[in-house]
Amino acid sequence: MGNIIEAAIPLIFSGLAMSVVFQASLFNMGAEGIFFFSAAVISFIAIWAPLPHGIHQTTIIVAGALVGAIIMSIIGILKAKFGASELVSSLMMNNVLLGVGSYLMTKYLRDPMASQGSYPYAKTALFSSIVPGTRIHLGLIIALIVTGLVYVFIYRTKWGYEIRMVGQNKSFAEYSGINVVKVIMISHIVSGLISGMGGAVESIAMHKRFEWSMLPGFGFDGALIAMLANNNPLGVIFSSLFVAYLRTGADIVARLSDVPTELVTILQSLVILLISAERFLHSYKQRWIERGIGNE
Amino acid sequence: MSKFLDIILSTQFFYSIFRVTTPILFASMGAVVANTAGVPNIGIEGIMLIAAFTGVFVSAATQSAAIGLLGAALSGILLAGLLAFFTLYYRTNPILGGIAINSLASGGTIFLLYLFTGDKGSATSVASKVVSEINILIIRDIPVIGEIISGHNILTYLSLLSVVFVYVLIKKTPLGHHLRAVGESKNAAESVGINVNRVKLIALLISGLLAGLGGAFMSMGYVSTFSRDMVSGRGWIAIAAEAMGKTNPIATAVTSLLFGASDAISNAAAAVGWASDLVRTIPYIATIIGLLIFSARELKKARL
Repeated sequence: MGNIIEAAIPLIFSGLAMSVVFQASLFNMGAEGIFFFSAAVISFIAIWAPLPHGIHQTTIIVAGALVGAIIMSIIGILKAKFGASELVSSLMMNNVLLGVGSYLMTKYLRDPMASQGSYPYAKTALFSSIVPGTRIHLGLIIALIVTGLVYVFIYRTKWGYEIRMVGQNKSFAEYSGINVVKVIMISHIVSGLISGMGGAVESIAMHKRFEWSMLPGFGFDGALIAMLANNNPLGVIFSSLFVAYLRTGADIVARLSDVPTELVTILQSLVILLISAERFLHSYKQRWIERGIGNE
Repeated sequence: MSKFLDIILSTQFFYSIFRVTTPILFASMGAVVANTAGVPNIGIEGIMLIAAFTGVFVSAATQSAAIGLLGAALSGILLAGLLAFFTLYYRTNPILGGIAINSLASGGTIFLLYLFTGDKGSATSVASKVVSEINILIIRDIPVIGEIISGHNILTYLSLLSVVFVYVLIKKTPLGHHLRAVGESKNAAESVGINVNRVKLIALLISGLLAGLGGAFMSMGYVSTFSRDMVSGRGWIAIAAEAMGKTNPIATAVTSLLFGASDAISNAAAAVGWASDLVRTIPYIATIIGLLIFSARELKKARL
């Protein structure tokens, strides 16, 4: 159980990040690269900055969020100002971030004493467990707070309303006077803040050093989670737990048998295909409705 | 620096441009066919990956490069068919469907790779066949040009022919007219009795075939084995090339060649020992810049 919750924490961040852009009908997969890159950048602070406990973690998380926001705003500008497809540019950006992050790693961060990974983070930079006997960490509380904030932002503020309007019908939103450029920028920046934060939290809480050598895959998981939750931030918590459950289960299966964990990726893809299929079970639904009418 | 210049001014460098452009060119032609009919094929990246995988294992099992190639092409068609089934008949959002196909291919190939070889990284232990290279008579004896144009993989020549094929298909054949009609206006096409879904299905299947050949080249020509996620964004670069070429086969071929050149430059820079992590990003940065320039120009035109 503890395993599932700790695995769900980064997924909540990526799911939230994706749901914000999906709300605006923007298909941005940049969360993938940002998780990786913000973790690489905050490693510098986490290893070398001589800050006291508390302030150190706060600085790291803020820095991670800023890194994410800056990167996402680049993709946002390309989309909003020039109309470049955010899907293609964010996927290309992921590869660029992977290259630059790996460069930082091999050039500055790699620990010659360790078999792989960077120098270990300073003690003052780490999150410790908050539930004895598990690795559940403070990141859970942060994730829940962020979820609440995103929910309020999407459903209770003017900007959130504008994002949803643009997502439902961009032309209509434009004619009714919504500044679409602004909305695209805001949703990208918010999404970047969340995914950058997620990368920072995950690395100081779970890894305690920078040890990713390829993209961690949270971005694509986030896409599935956001869709399962119908882009509702509160739903993201539950769908993150569900995906974390699949993941943890697959790890156990892989350990006990010869079935590789990639089985989960296959399952997830099929779930995406089926969920996004509007006509799936359509005839069944139709019959159900007709029967309802017949009974009246 | 001078060593770098030596490399990029050599005939081998220009030879290598054609080599690295091959997969992008195939895939971008696939994107052209699909987009002509108005169905974006976002799954190209995944189709290439599955085809690369199938090529290696079928050629190893049959000890025949030709059958391996055929298998790769078929697997591309099949996966495109799956995407078509969901987007056309189940009305899956084509972008989400494409994303799902890509992650299905990524996870699925690693899964099967592990089952077949016990290794999650690559299939170096599998004795697969490669498609051979051919010299062209007469041209190969011309200095400079012969070194650049002759001696390529059969698939490289095939990729150049695919541009002609797609051009003729779209502009000169009845099927091409149907594709364009459906892409231009679905309702108008339907009103004159064209079966819109069938035309879109055919477009996606052809697109899958072309992307599949591009994937086959990755594992049966570019290198001689399969490794995880080896397509590494080439499908997306092809989609960007198609967008910049405005769905015109010739213009798309030119932009593909540009992206291929940036890929070759990044290989050359890595060969002289520049930070390989950084120079590896060159093709992707080139794609973003290319996309930016193209989109900005389009937007300006739209505002006039």
